[in-house]
Order: sequence, then structure tokens, then C-alpha cells
Amino acid sequence: MSATQNDALRTPLKNVRGLGSAQSGVRHWWLQRITAVALVPLSLWLLWLCAGLVHADYATVRAAIAEPVHAVLLVALVVSLFWHGALGLQVIIEDYVHSRWQEITLQILVRFGAFLAAVACLFAIARIALH
Amino acid sequence: MNQIARPLSPHLGIYRWRVNMWQSVLHRLTGLFLCLGALLLTWGLIAAATDPYAWEAFAGFCASGLGVALLIAWTWALLFHLCNGIQHLFRDAGMGYDAAQRDHSRTPSYFATGWIVIAVSVVLTALVWIGLFARASGGAA
Repeated sequence: MSATQNDALRTPLKNVRGLGSAQSGVRHWWLQRITAVALVPLSLWLLWLCAGLVHADYATVRAAIAEPVHAVLLVALVVSLFWHGALGLQVIIEDYVHSRWQEITLQILVRFGAFLAAVACLFAIARIALH
Repeated sequence: MNQIARPLSPHLGIYRWRVNMWQSVLHRLTGLFLCLGALLLTWGLIAAATDPYAWEAFAGFCASGLGVALLIAWTWALLFHLCNGIQHLFRDAGMGYDAAQRDHSRTPSYFATGWIVIAVSVVLTALVWIGLFARASGGAA
């Protein structure tokens, strides 16, 4: 592809701001990768923690969550998990929902839902750990 | 702003299905499914923070037939998304992405690693659940 042809495909705004036609540059891409890297060890750790708690009684589960190392790692996991999930759902909605008002509504619901669920998890962890 | 004819994505039907396409589709589907799994985690944490009765309801669901089936599906979804995600990160960094590695007439490592990712996710899921069932049926004593 020649340089002239390549330039013809770019919006003038992109040349002004240094951002793509999506108006967000590479921020979304990087955040998705950074949260992915964080989730590699954290999700394996969660799997190990959950496998150890199968058939455990209520008191054992609470004691496991309340352990400082576990509580801190759970908080880190919850933040990166819901952040990563919201970024992923955002792309799926952008790709497949072509009616503008439906897309906006779904994007808002995903953001609110992810934020609310993350806050609920953090509240639960704090309540158990600080009890 | 002058409008020009932008190139559109070719129709998918012209491509022969290869493992990287399955990986792409499965990555999205498992990602979507894992978002529901995140809500199960939320339920579990809230139940643990509430009282023993709330926890019993959560544990009862997890121990039910539907619960166990969903948990097995979530385990595989997590392990596939994890393995495929690690491969994705390597390819994002430009590794394993040369033309030679996508050429089937030479060593097709680009496709081989895709099959390895799928195989590893299935084997790890089997190991996790064989371990859990073995412990439940006597190992715990």
C-alpha cells in the first residue's frame, strides 16, 4: 500500500489528535492486556483456593477469605476481573449491536453492572476480613 | 470531509476453517460465559458475608447437578481463556507470528500451538475435576 493511499484512509481528526477513528487511541487495548497479565496468576490462584474450599463449612470459608493474604489477593482479583470483563463486553457490544440507542443502553448497563458487582464483592470481602 | 470507499472485511465464508478461527470464536464465547461466572463469584462472596443460611443456598446450588455441570463448564472456559489469552499476549508481542509459521507447507507451528492451547485446557480441566471427584469419594477420609 502506498503512503498516499494509506493517508487517504485516515480521518483528518486522527492526524490532528494522534488518535484513531475510534477516538480513543490505544488506551483500551493496553488496559485489556494489563488486566489480562494480572489475571494470569490471580485466576490460577482463585482456582486453587476454590478447589481447596469444596465441601468446606461456613466457618472454614469465612476464615479462608478473612486471611490477610487471601483477602488482598481477592480484592486484586475482583478489580482486574470486572475491569477486564467490562472491556471485553464493550468490544462485543461494539461489534454486534448496530442500533445506536441499543448499543448505548447496553454499554451503560455493562459499566453499571460491572461496577456494582465489583463493589458488592469488595464490600463482602471487607465485611468478612474486618469482622 | 470527503468520503472515500473504505475497504470492508471480506465475507467470512470465503475462508477455510482453521484452528485460529475456532480459537477466536471460543475466546469470545468463553469470555462472555466467564462474565456470568464472575456473577457466581459475587453471589458466593455476598453469601459468605451474609449468614450461614445464605451460604447454604449458594453451596446447595454449586453441589446440585446443574451447579456441578456449570462449574465444570466454567473451569474449562477459564482454563481455555487463560491458555489462549497467554498465547494471544505472545502474539501481541509479535512472537510466533511470522509468515513462515502460518505456512502449512512448512512447519505449521502457528496452527500447532493453537491445537496445543485447546488440548492443554481440556487436559487441565480433566485433571482438576478428576482430583476433586477422587477427593470427594474417599480421599478426604
